[in-house]
Amino acid sequence: MALDQETLNQLLETVRRYVDERLIPLEEEVARNDAIPDEVSAEMRELGLYGLSIPEEYGGLGLTLEEECLTMFELGRTSPVFRSLIGTNVGIGSQGIVIDGTEEQKQRYLPELASGELVGSFCLTEPDAGSDAVSVRTSAKRDGNGYVLNGTKRFITNSIKAGVLTVMARTDPDNKGSGGVSSFLVDAKSDGITVGPPYQKMGQQGSHVADIFFEDVKVPADAIIGGVEGQGFKTAMKVLERGRVHLSSVCVGLSERLILEAVSYASERKQFGEPIAGFQLIQAMLADSRTESYAARCMTLDAARKYDAGEKVPMEAACCKYYASEMVGRVADRAVQIHGGAGYVSDYPVERFYRDVRLFRIYEGTSQIQQLVIAKNMLRQYAATQ
Amino acid sequence: MKVLVPVKRVIDYNVKVRVKADQTGVELANVKMSMNPFDEISVEAALRMKEAGQASEVVAVSLGVQQCQETIRTALAMGADRGIHVLHDGELEPLAVAKMLKAIVDKEEPGLVILGKQAIDDDCNQTGQMLAALLGWAQGTFISRLEVGDGELKATREVDGGLETVALKTPAIVTTDLRLNEPRYASLPNIMKAKKKPIDQMSPADLGVDPAPRLETLKVVEPDKREAGVIVADVTELVDKLRNEAKVI
Ligand SMILES: Cc1cc2nc3c(=O)[nH]c(=O)nc-3n(C[C@H](O)[C@H](O)[C@H](O)COP(=O)(O)OP(=O)(O)OC[C@H]3O[C@@H](n4cnc5c(N)ncnc54)[C@H](O)[C@@H]3O)c2cc1C
Repeated sequence: MALDQETLNQLLETVRRYVDERLIPLEEEVARNDAIPDEVSAEMRELGLYGLSIPEEYGGLGLTLEEECLTMFELGRTSPVFRSLIGTNVGIGSQGIVIDGTEEQKQRYLPELASGELVGSFCLTEPDAGSDAVSVRTSAKRDGNGYVLNGTKRFITNSIKAGVLTVMARTDPDNKGSGGVSSFLVDAKSDGITVGPPYQKMGQQGSHVADIFFEDVKVPADAIIGGVEGQGFKTAMKVLERGRVHLSSVCVGLSERLILEAVSYASERKQFGEPIAGFQLIQAMLADSRTESYAARCMTLDAARKYDAGEKVPMEAACCKYYASEMVGRVADRAVQIHGGAGYVSDYPVERFYRDVRLFRIYEGTSQIQQLVIAKNMLRQYAATQ
Repeated sequence: MKVLVPVKRVIDYNVKVRVKADQTGVELANVKMSMNPFDEISVEAALRMKEAGQASEVVAVSLGVQQCQETIRTALAMGADRGIHVLHDGELEPLAVAKMLKAIVDKEEPGLVILGKQAIDDDCNQTGQMLAALLGWAQGTFISRLEVGDGELKATREVDGGLETVALKTPAIVTTDLRLNEPRYASLPNIMKAKKKPIDQMSPADLGVDPAPRLETLKVVEPDKREAGVIVADVTELVDKLRNEAKVI
């Protein structure tokens, strides 16, 4: 259900205010302590942020993807770790259930995911299956009425807090392709699951990523998303299609913040007797950042609207993710440049953002993988016309 | 007890207000508007009473242009139960507002009306006091603490000399000061639900009030620019300047 303009405005205004008044002042502390205070996660639950994308009948807000992106433009204006906290519940950790889950699975998991009582994680990547996600080796062997899972999942966001895991595992050992993979909903407390220590990362301190080890983990047969074997990779790709548009909007939001930091610093900082914002070489950097950020915003909204209209947008989603993540990298780089030495030290937030945004070009499909997806779709479309 | 909370639509507190070129008022076109911050505190106070079982219903009232409904919706999203909107396009002075609020109070019969101590646009600081006088009710203004008892309220007022606590027989009027509470953020689900809560619309005529202004605004101008200060070397120089230049001692 699409919201009326007034309600949407009020929703966005509330998130904007929360970001300005609460989250931006906390950014530095969160990075320093590598932790988001519990009271902030409680507030974010209270606000309803965990349930943005979950349908209303399961306790969420049921926003369209366009509305979700508009919300992320706002939440994106602060440290991306706040987004990451709710990100798996809004995106990759819940959407498998929303898109392909059975009614029982929806009723069982979605209300608690929407309220944030339960945290969901998405477990696709493995030590030997990164970009080549089709090659997942985690095995799910039939065992009586259920399955037994064995394998390792790498770099799983929010795994330390997670209550339910969406795990892509191979149910058909003879099928090495995508058709041999199924998605399982696994209780993170199940016997045989251990979560490794959080990795030390380049940026995004306050958000945690760790490996998950599955050792003879028993799951019931009805844990397969949608109840049918062999659909798991398809589910994962559908989740990522939506997730890529979502991530693009986070990149846009952060680029807008970086631009604001750059413009305000350039207007204050004086050299050669005038604010550096008066120099055309600085203005060129500002203008390039603004232009690219605006382009990414437009692309993201366009892809989101198409998605909401029921179109399949794997190519558009890849275009957005590719462009927006590379864009925010360039914008962060220019913001550091405009700050000069002050941009290299941690007294200004651009130094932190510069490290934070590096991740966007890597996860949920690297830039190279997006290029491959875009080209594959282009060639397929062309072939279809021949 | 029913609690009535008047909420005013004002220029957002983050906006830098600009005077119109013709000096007839301030620029409102394309300017972000939101609820008067003191009124948010009033709504919060009413909601806390409701959550503590001390209030049965919280009614938000706004007077003015059609968009005042957005301000009422904000109160509804925070948790108020229903809204009343008195539609009026022209200027409204505190006395007209107080008279219309009185008419609404006569109809609604609340046990308590919680107003902001002032609105950040014109800073009049009159409506609550006028309403108390029109109703003949007890009033506690600029409160930083509110204790609700049976038929009685204890309101702590922020006065020049410190804090003064007064006991008020209900029904009563209180006006809120900054330190009373920190207003909540409306949750996103409640923002969506607020759309379904009722807002009654009426006109000043329905309330039997003539809202025509009694005052005429001659002109509105920007405050004088503050001039840069000077740094003095020591106390002797300061005293010398105060005595001989500023001639204040
Ligand atoms: C902080 C963080 C959080 C993460 N969260 C999650 C999560 O929650 N869930 C999850 O499942 N995964 C998660 N990941 C994993 C992430 O999605 C992968 O790291 C990513 O997909 C890349 O895989 P890889 O690291 O194995 O790199 P590789 O696939 O080994 O890639 C190495 C390089 O080779 C390039 N490359 C690979 N194949 C090709 C090709 N065919 N053509 C051209 N270039 C190629 C890549 O673009 C890259 O530059 C996370 C990662 C990080 C760092």
